[in-house]
Amino acid sequence: MKETISFQLNGKKTEILVDTTETLLWVLRNQLGLTGTKYGCGKGYCGSCTVLIDNEAVRSCTLPVGDIIGKKVVTIEGLAVNGKLHPVQKAFVEHDALQCGYCTPGMIMNATGLLLKNPSPTTEQIVEGMEDNLCRCGAHMRIIEAVHTAAKEIKGGK
Amino acid sequence: MKKHTKSEMSYVESGEPLGIPRRDFFKILGGGIIIFFLPKGIAEISAIPGEQGRSLPKDYNAFLHIDGDGMVTCFTGKIEMGQGIITSLPQMMADELNVPVEKIKMVMGDTDLCPWDAGTWGSLTTRVFGPSMRAAAAEARGVLTTMASEQLKVPVSQLEVRDGIITDIQNPKNKVTYAQLTKGKRIEKFLDVKPSAEDYKKFTYVGKSYKHADATLKVTGEARYSGDIRLPGMVFARILRPPSHGAKLASADTSGAETVEGARVIREGSLIAVLHENYNRAEEALSKLKAQWTFNELPVNDKTVSEWMLKADSASEVAGKEGDLDAGLKLSEKIFESEFSDPYLAHTPIEPHTALAAMEDGKLTVWASAQSPFGLKDSLVRELGMSADKVRVITPFVGGGFGGKIASQQGIEAGRLAKLSGKPVMVAWTRDEEFFYDTFHPAGVIKIKSGMDKEGKIKLWDYHVYFSGTRGAETLYDVPNARTTSYGTKRGGPQVHPFGTGAWRAPNANTNTFAREVQIDIMASAAGIDPVEFRLKNLKDEKMIACLKAVAEKFGYVPGKSPGGRGIGVACGTDAGTWVAEIAEVKVDKNTGAVKVLRVACSQDMGLCINPEGTTIQMEGCITMGLGYTFTEELMFEGGNIKDRGFDTYQIPRFSWLPKIQTVILDRPDQAPQGGGEPAIIPIGAVVSNAIFDATGARLYRMPMTPERVLEALKKVQK
Repeated sequence: MKETISFQLNGKKTEILVDTTETLLWVLRNQLGLTGTKYGCGKGYCGSCTVLIDNEAVRSCTLPVGDIIGKKVVTIEGLAVNGKLHPVQKAFVEHDALQCGYCTPGMIMNATGLLLKNPSPTTEQIVEGMEDNLCRCGAHMRIIEAVHTAAKEIKGGK
Repeated sequence: MKKHTKSEMSYVESGEPLGIPRRDFFKILGGGIIIFFLPKGIAEISAIPGEQGRSLPKDYNAFLHIDGDGMVTCFTGKIEMGQGIITSLPQMMADELNVPVEKIKMVMGDTDLCPWDAGTWGSLTTRVFGPSMRAAAAEARGVLTTMASEQLKVPVSQLEVRDGIITDIQNPKNKVTYAQLTKGKRIEKFLDVKPSAEDYKKFTYVGKSYKHADATLKVTGEARYSGDIRLPGMVFARILRPPSHGAKLASADTSGAETVEGARVIREGSLIAVLHENYNRAEEALSKLKAQWTFNELPVNDKTVSEWMLKADSASEVAGKEGDLDAGLKLSEKIFESEFSDPYLAHTPIEPHTALAAMEDGKLTVWASAQSPFGLKDSLVRELGMSADKVRVITPFVGGGFGGKIASQQGIEAGRLAKLSGKPVMVAWTRDEEFFYDTFHPAGVIKIKSGMDKEGKIKLWDYHVYFSGTRGAETLYDVPNARTTSYGTKRGGPQVHPFGTGAWRAPNANTNTFAREVQIDIMASAAGIDPVEFRLKNLKDEKMIACLKAVAEKFGYVPGKSPGGRGIGVACGTDAGTWVAEIAEVKVDKNTGAVKVLRVACSQDMGLCINPEGTTIQMEGCITMGLGYTFTEELMFEGGNIKDRGFDTYQIPRFSWLPKIQTVILDRPDQAPQGGGEPAIIPIGAVVSNAIFDATGARLYRMPMTPERVLEALKKVQK
């Protein structure tokens, strides 16, 4: 059954008519045109589809869109403000922390969620927090460095 | 070293070249025309040649194009899948054409716009496509200089080219830009004598580190992959799949699927698909398709595969021979016989195979994650019975390939369904389908009989490789009596492999390097000689020797006999024209069998290194990815039934696996550039196996080195 639901998407109030059992991933990609959030496995194992829901990193491929009613959703497209990259995005560029780039949006959203919870993570905490996001190209080492750099920048208020 | 950011290097997304309407742009790339120039950004030049050639074109126009504003577009049939050629190819072109690197845009993997190319694999872009592209740019520079000479009325020898400006050395005010020379004109000129490529000493961009030119697109979600293309009226297809390879469709009932509102069932032969504008509804409709299958499977599984391969009746050939094996046997004081084995591996790029196909005015366009856009085009022409000029393949960014996207079955499926339905159709494989239809790294077995004399000089090397091919099977060491025999030279075929196999990053070189380098380690240990010294003693290959010395220095290697309880191993090899050596340090938990790699140092001689940062990233990626085949990756199957269908059971490397990685690239600016996307992955299995031996005295002959296998090997030591 389709119904109109309302939530905040990348800072804007959004209302859509949707079957609430559909997964958030496909609603974002197809109905809302936000293709930065990627399908990787459809079962929550790889993390490419990670978005923030009320500042919490969540896998959108297994989440019914009905669960986001009244919540704040941030996708990779919503991180940069007025064309200025978010510190995590900036750090990924600075450290060349990507190769094919397909897991990158999920990595960045997961790292952003991690830093919201823990602004000063140790390397071990970054590893633990990023562990279930998969990258096949092997950009891991640089991703860890990027998260450290982003943490410093966010704390410095730059 | 100056590091450039994205803003300094331009990029045009493939498929939307130059911001020119697609139809107009088709007309730009004319056959036989020298340089085409764009008056006011749009040009009318004769139609594109209908049939693609099967070698790179001689006409440099196929490789580059200079517009009225001096922007240079570089065309390549190669694709960007993370290996970084979108960054390194402009560096090469900039130095040959003498233009600023930020003035170069890339158009990649578009069969209507780019010169024919076999595909992006084998680390061939830099070493094979690179020279052709550089030659094209050098000729274009020569033609432009000749034109400038006529216009400025001074001899060519009195001209200097810098940043796209040709200047009279004696009168610097007398100058002309590439853009001024070419503006609005069609000029037909070739050089009779082709100029040589620039001397490396004159390079401004090559040899310097550049960051990924596409990084900003990729961190913002703007980068488009095949699954991100949206067309009006497009539908998603979900396709009925057999439960196992070898199963044939007996009957199907599609009535359930048709009850899903908006779903459309398409059937042609054994292809049964449901189309729906909503992905989730297409999936629901698929779940309501009912089918019966007949099974015909090979009696082999992941446990029995080594035995199965050794028994397989297969053709063999001697791939290499030196001296006489009997003589080698007589000269040997000690003989060593070992058997190594390697399982099937999945590629698992994070982007599954995806394609969008659309028919418009009788022309089929397919956007596909494909390592060979031209190969996919050929398949579409053949399988859909269309003429070549009516099929276009465009490859946007590819989310990882590793050899797995050389085959692009999804592109054919999308093309067929678009033709049958008349709608734009997206086929986006699920992870399950990605595992099922992967062209797996083939399982293989290697048997080695080797011998050495009292001094620890290798005298005998009798190498038998079953189904793992000969890439990386060279003896490498200076052995007077050696032979390499390869079995299953027809790559097995359906009678041996229960499913499709293909190239997996540095195909087979991983398996062969593992076997050779562990065998060398066995001999070094038996000789009581430090494993680095043993290798140096038996090598004549100067590049290999230099790589070993470089990696030992980087690692801070202290010589010692193995097993020495330190957990340090060494391995080396060659791949894609590049020499590579690695030293690793591991920690083994003798109670659980778990192995943690603490540190890997890697040295590489790849000739002239175009982009040191890009190369370093590839080396890190190779080492990290290699830990997967080393520790966990082993496809579980029973006949044609692939049991691993997801990341829950098939484990690939994770953050917690990471060792400290140290890299060194040997400085070889005067030598031709070689491959960089694969070499550093080949020694990983061996370097870890050798380090485990050094730590514990336990020898691992089989990959992956799971805790169970480590414990089993440890038990043999204790006996």
